[in-house]
Amino acid sequence: MELSNIEKLLERYFEGATTVSEENELKRYFTGDDVATHLQGYTPMFNYFSKAREERYTKQVPLRPRRYANKYRWISVAAAVVLTFGIYFGKQYQDRKQLEREQAEYAYQETMKAFGLLAENFDRGREKVAYLKEFETTKQKIYNKN
Amino acid sequence: MLVTIDNEDLEQPSTTMEQSEFLNVVMPFKDKLYRLAKRLLVSREEAEDATQEILMRLWTKKGTMGEYKSIEAFAMTMTKNFCLDRLKSKQAGNMKLVHSNYTDESRSLQGQLEAADSVGWMERIMEDLPEQQKMVLQLRDVEQYGFEEICELMDMKPTAVRVALSRARKTVREALIKKHNYGIV
Repeated sequence: MELSNIEKLLERYFEGATTVSEENELKRYFTGDDVATHLQGYTPMFNYFSKAREERYTKQVPLRPRRYANKYRWISVAAAVVLTFGIYFGKQYQDRKQLEREQAEYAYQETMKAFGLLAENFDRGREKVAYLKEFETTKQKIYNKN
Repeated sequence: MLVTIDNEDLEQPSTTMEQSEFLNVVMPFKDKLYRLAKRLLVSREEAEDATQEILMRLWTKKGTMGEYKSIEAFAMTMTKNFCLDRLKSKQAGNMKLVHSNYTDESRSLQGQLEAADSVGWMERIMEDLPEQQKMVLQLRDVEQYGFEEICELMDMKPTAVRVALSRARKTVREALIKKHNYGIV
């Protein structure tokens, strides 16, 4: 391409007025071998743009990402919730059981006390009955003597 | 690959189909996403992470992908927004201070090393451009997008794109002239 043409294109390039194909022409010229000496200052610019375009994303494209991780995350959340509720209700259940046990224990103690009292009185009654028996035997002795 | 369990194996045939389909859609422009991310985030690792993130988001959205006019444009916009958010959150923290302290020191060293390397200093010249100009220049002169596409991607009016592009190109030219006049640092 003619030098004057390149100069004109360059001017428009810096005004942001060139088309993509015109810019490609400039790139071709400046990455070529015969760049006019007074324009050589621009070569790094155009060289760089072509070079920058060659840079590649070399890492692997992530396949099937997150979806399953997500699933596991939800499972763990659910597990945590279940566990918390389990502990909470479990504790409540335990407490209730404990209370029941304590009440039963108390009732048992009270009953035993009552029984004890009854037995005591009963014993006392029996002692008195023993006197009666003594009375009987004495009476018998008296009868026998007569 | 992720661990598979029994019921997932049942899904395998359909997912591999979807996979190759997805790859066919994504392959032609994944490098463009990466290059845009690298232009904005500079660091290679960060750009790779960003690209991976975008591709993963695309994969999860693949069901609705057909609704978009151009998946490539959609992905590029996503990348742009993602990277800008990254930069913003970096600036919000103390990262910027740390970062600039760090680069200032390494830059002189880097500069010496790259003295003869025109690609290296072109990269640094572009690094110093404002984000919008950086992106417009990347999209136009590296990726060769047309004006309408850039307008759509950047959410800018055609005249604004032209002005940004012209400014970016002129700034690069100034920097090159300076380099030429003072010799290569």
